[in-house]
Amino acid sequence: MQVLYFAWLRERIGVGSEDVSPPDTVTTVGGLIDWLKTREDRYAAAFADTKSIRVAIDQEQADFDASIAGAREIALFPPVTGG
Amino acid sequence: MAVRVQEADFDPGAELEALTAGDTGIGAVVSFTGLVRGTGITEMTLEHYPGMTEKALAEIEAQAHARWPLQGAIIIHRVGPLAPGARIVFVATASRHRKAAFEAAEYIMDFLKTRAPFWKKEAAIDGTARWVEARDTDDSAAERWK
Repeated sequence: MQVLYFAWLRERIGVGSEDVSPPDTVTTVGGLIDWLKTREDRYAAAFADTKSIRVAIDQEQADFDASIAGAREIALFPPVTGG
Repeated sequence: MAVRVQEADFDPGAELEALTAGDTGIGAVVSFTGLVRGTGITEMTLEHYPGMTEKALAEIEAQAHARWPLQGAIIIHRVGPLAPGARIVFVATASRHRKAAFEAAEYIMDFLKTRAPFWKKEAAIDGTARWVEARDTDDSAAERWK
């Protein structure tokens, strides 16, 4: 699946998007973030405070406990600040 | 459905003309224009999530149409680098009577600020840059419509 990062999350991780293949034990957005944190220090640092992370699955807002089964695109980003 | 996300500037007067042209049933037009507040900054850069942004704005506009008897509505949001004083967002609503147009414009802005995936980064005069933080007051402004 494709994972997208925006704003300071993109800057801290160093890429705007990447293809990832988490193990089958990763079933939710929260699980995906926990798994990403184990990959490298920059992920652990970027996701240190998950209260300031928002999620969209296939371009629809979602929660941390949402299932990622069948998702093509998961976006992780800080709270939005448009307008 | 009139939603646009663009780097280019827009002309509020021309947008209002287009919104009301040919519909003499419209008795009220309300518009909001947001500007880049330029105190202490040299530039503001707007990042967004292409695809989701347009969907989120279209959804907000559809909800406004469902809630108020609108003859028309338009949402324009700029992205990319913007100078202080530049127009950044435009929302206009047209209705038979003013109450619906006023309320729908405010509703659209409240949800745009809390639901549409845009992020602002400010470049300060001293050379530093920072991501603008979301405000709790924006969340409570959207909450009151529930």
